[in-house]
Amino acid sequence: MTSTSEPDTLSLTPSRRKFLAWSGAIGAAGMVGLPGCTLQYSDPADAPLGGAEEGERIVWNACLVNCGSRCPVRMAVRDGRVIRIEPDNTGDDDLGNQQIRACVRGRSIRQRMYSPERLKKPLKRVGKRGEGKWEEISWDEATTIVADKIKELISKYGNESIYHNYGTGVIGAAVARSWPPGNTAVARLMNCVGGFLNHYNDYSAGNIEAAVDFHYGAWMGNNSNDDTVNSKLVVMFGNNPHETRMSGGGEMFVTQKAKQLSGHKVIVVDPRFSDTAMNLADEWVAIRPGTDLAFVAGMAHVMISEGLHDQEFLDKYCSGFDEEHLPENAPPGSSYRSYIEGKGEDGIEKTPEWAAKITGVPANDIRRLAREIAMTKPCNINQGWGIQRHSNGESQARAPMLLSNLIGQVGIPGGGNGEREGANPLPLVLFPTLENPVRPTISFYMWTKAITDGKGMTYRDGVRDSLDTNSNSNVVNDVVLGSNIKMIWNYGSNALINQHGDINHTIELLSDESKVEMIVVIDNQMTVSARYADIVLPDAMASGETIDLAWQSAATAGNLGYLIFCDKAHEPLYDSKPVYEMLTEIADKLGVREKFTEGRTQEDWVRWMLDETRKKIPDLPSFEELRAKGIYRQNVGPYISMAKFREDPVANPLETPSGKIEIYSSNLARMRDDWNYDQGSQWIDPLPVYRQTRELPGDALQLRYPLQCIGHHYKQRTHSSYGNSPWLKEAHPQLVWINKIDADARGIATNDQVRVFNDRGATELPAFVTERIAPGVVSVPQGAWYAPSASDGVDKGGCVNVLTSQQLNAYSKGNGQHSALVQVEKV
Amino acid sequence: MGAYKQLAFLFDQSKCTGCKACQVACKDKHDLPVGQTWRRVPEYSGGQWRIGVDGAVTHDIWTYYTSLSCNHCDDPICVEVCPSTAMHKGENGIVSVDPALCIGCKYCAMACPYDAPQFDEATRTMSKCDFCADRITKGKRPACVAACPMCALDFGEAEELRAKYGDEASLEPLPEQSVTRPNLVILPHPKAQPSGHGTGHLANPTEI
Repeated sequence: MTSTSEPDTLSLTPSRRKFLAWSGAIGAAGMVGLPGCTLQYSDPADAPLGGAEEGERIVWNACLVNCGSRCPVRMAVRDGRVIRIEPDNTGDDDLGNQQIRACVRGRSIRQRMYSPERLKKPLKRVGKRGEGKWEEISWDEATTIVADKIKELISKYGNESIYHNYGTGVIGAAVARSWPPGNTAVARLMNCVGGFLNHYNDYSAGNIEAAVDFHYGAWMGNNSNDDTVNSKLVVMFGNNPHETRMSGGGEMFVTQKAKQLSGHKVIVVDPRFSDTAMNLADEWVAIRPGTDLAFVAGMAHVMISEGLHDQEFLDKYCSGFDEEHLPENAPPGSSYRSYIEGKGEDGIEKTPEWAAKITGVPANDIRRLAREIAMTKPCNINQGWGIQRHSNGESQARAPMLLSNLIGQVGIPGGGNGEREGANPLPLVLFPTLENPVRPTISFYMWTKAITDGKGMTYRDGVRDSLDTNSNSNVVNDVVLGSNIKMIWNYGSNALINQHGDINHTIELLSDESKVEMIVVIDNQMTVSARYADIVLPDAMASGETIDLAWQSAATAGNLGYLIFCDKAHEPLYDSKPVYEMLTEIADKLGVREKFTEGRTQEDWVRWMLDETRKKIPDLPSFEELRAKGIYRQNVGPYISMAKFREDPVANPLETPSGKIEIYSSNLARMRDDWNYDQGSQWIDPLPVYRQTRELPGDALQLRYPLQCIGHHYKQRTHSSYGNSPWLKEAHPQLVWINKIDADARGIATNDQVRVFNDRGATELPAFVTERIAPGVVSVPQGAWYAPSASDGVDKGGCVNVLTSQQLNAYSKGNGQHSALVQVEKV
Repeated sequence: MGAYKQLAFLFDQSKCTGCKACQVACKDKHDLPVGQTWRRVPEYSGGQWRIGVDGAVTHDIWTYYTSLSCNHCDDPICVEVCPSTAMHKGENGIVSVDPALCIGCKYCAMACPYDAPQFDEATRTMSKCDFCADRITKGKRPACVAACPMCALDFGEAEELRAKYGDEASLEPLPEQSVTRPNLVILPHPKAQPSGHGTGHLANPTEI
């Protein structure tokens, strides 16, 4: 046996070294052109079984998490168990008919279905909240407890004391979806008994959602990415489809294919050398987080002083660029041009040198890029949403919009309006969720505040009217929140703890059981949030254990629209139930069963939705046909945002007060002195101007916490979904990214265990020492599951939200989670 | 004899984003546990940062990924060093291991410059990419090839792929291809560096 034990010892030698050791000999790497592969898009042997082996059947399903893409996963089922995933076998590599191959996450979906952390029985908390002590109870007992509490709270505090938290653990499924909150089965149930407290906007895009209404009147979406085949230049601000929307049918494919077809140049502006920067970009601008506004201001200075901006466009379509085009009530010197030229309030000229100091981008690069962007048209300026998840996020979101305005690229093919990619939607009829009569609506990020201070909150605190939640309609309103939050529905959501800022604060708040009296978590895994529930209701997997429809919502696959049939691979495991069925039982106990179901099962609803949608899309297959076929595809064509406005701005005005693009927002000017916000460190500015708000470069706090900490979206997970898959943790381990310069100064090497900390908390995880992040910046990829150590309470899961802030931004009342200063030290 | 003289993988490095759908699709198809990874994706990075007097930074950073399984080499060093003849080159040019003969000595794993042979803790024998032989014989693509979201992977007859796409596989962090004559054709990333002449480093040693 010595022959086997000896090599065992040798196996400790890191085999990885051989990659270096063996690469000694000389080779000749020809930098050849890249011919397209003659790929097969399906196996000839696929038909008619679709890839099934003997004794198997293949059922179509979809991966239902919130990346913004939506992938089919075809499940090979044998003996009542999914034994393998097969990819999409329809389509090819044409834009608009691309094969929708699932990414690494969807490919590991079996590890979600059969995870040891699957919730098996309804649970009732028996210890303290969050302590992890549970009693298994029957469905009858669980649904009775929940129904009784709803009745009690409605009579004591009113319907607005019951909050439906943000959650995207089940998204894109017609019946089972957990988002948007107003359109879930939970919403339908609550609407049967008088409604619930809803929220507006979301963790992904809460600042741009608030700001774009003031800038463009409403959410417009950018040109779809397939339209960049018409662009000569694409400038991406923090947009990272190669890691966020990395479906083979999604924006990763679309952006790369559009570049191959057109040969356009791509510039990526990002603190991190993302995989989009790595693979798509011709140039990477390594910017400090939260300073994109200053970068745009520096470029605007070059454009204005050299006459490169599109004056004609600004005159005709915009309000507030220069003094001649300000609204009547705006004070002199309040135009954007005055701000740039140093003739505004602060008297500072926004030269490239000024911008270089803030952004870390050299002044000469700012000059060169300004000229290139102004002179290379059509030019698509777009953004991902990382740039707006900052303490100055509302204005940050407007920076790329402003840049596209300066060069007049709005509303034309190959151009773009500076938002994130949009798309033409399919006209689907989805699960109807009735009307919510409760009018006060809070921002997605305000719920922790509304637990303690909700009663009496007004529009000045960010309470909007559910009748119209557009920012412009809520500059002033007459709704007042009548109650603190007393109950939380947390369906398919890890935002109760893991994804909300400042975890330690939330835990403290929720530990007082007199405040929130009941937390109901519906999920299929024992997530971090589920640990803090009072009642846990085990959900069936919407992928594989129910019948549903999944669709390609807007903005995620270029010009490809589609609908996927989600079939049942087997019955719900253990004692789990589909959300629709468990809520039917609660509806029964609330006396609204008939109103909730209208006599339909989930399958009946799916049939109804298909029948209704077929009235709008005549060639959509029937229930049986779609079930057999798996997917319906339609090329919905490119989306050119704001094309009608561009064509005729008088006939097609925007929903802003002036009907124009408001570079100077008169509504924001009204709010400046009226709204409640921290006037010592926050600003409401009519113009998108750079302000050094909380925890941005230059903050005095940098003396103690010198590094900017962001949390990029990571390939291992979609937010926190899939965060417990062993295959994914192995493929993409949780590591804190740190530049070699900063690591060397702290004696840190790759894979050293380090502590990342600030006054809000600490997390420990291994380091990834890399060139791929700007000096002075670290990134703890967001979404890793919070795992506090029993001994010292320090998180060992690498969860960034122990470091982030709950502070509400000035007027979005949204999240500035990427504005977090930290220190890093070797453990 | 199989349908192919010698199977080979084609990899378009310029399309790869390092997502590792190939790696996980392989694990899903073959039910492989953590630690047993038949297809791996090394990340190779380089470049420098310079901080200017005003605090502004300049750089020349680059990165690329390589999706890598067994290359079913023409000179398979794993076969050469195998003391039990378990490792062998068979039908369609596929290099595979006979678990009945394997004594789990791991010499093949130590010898292979691509880390292709992977130890199976359950059976105490070696395991490796078998080119999805069961699928190939039925006219199907290997699981990794069918999975790649960017369509960066393909496979075919080695001679045909080389005639069409050239014969490049000597790219960092891989060894020069004369070492084992791998049946792998790479369409290089624009920043790809020749084996032995790299100025970068293997960035993810623990992931492969």
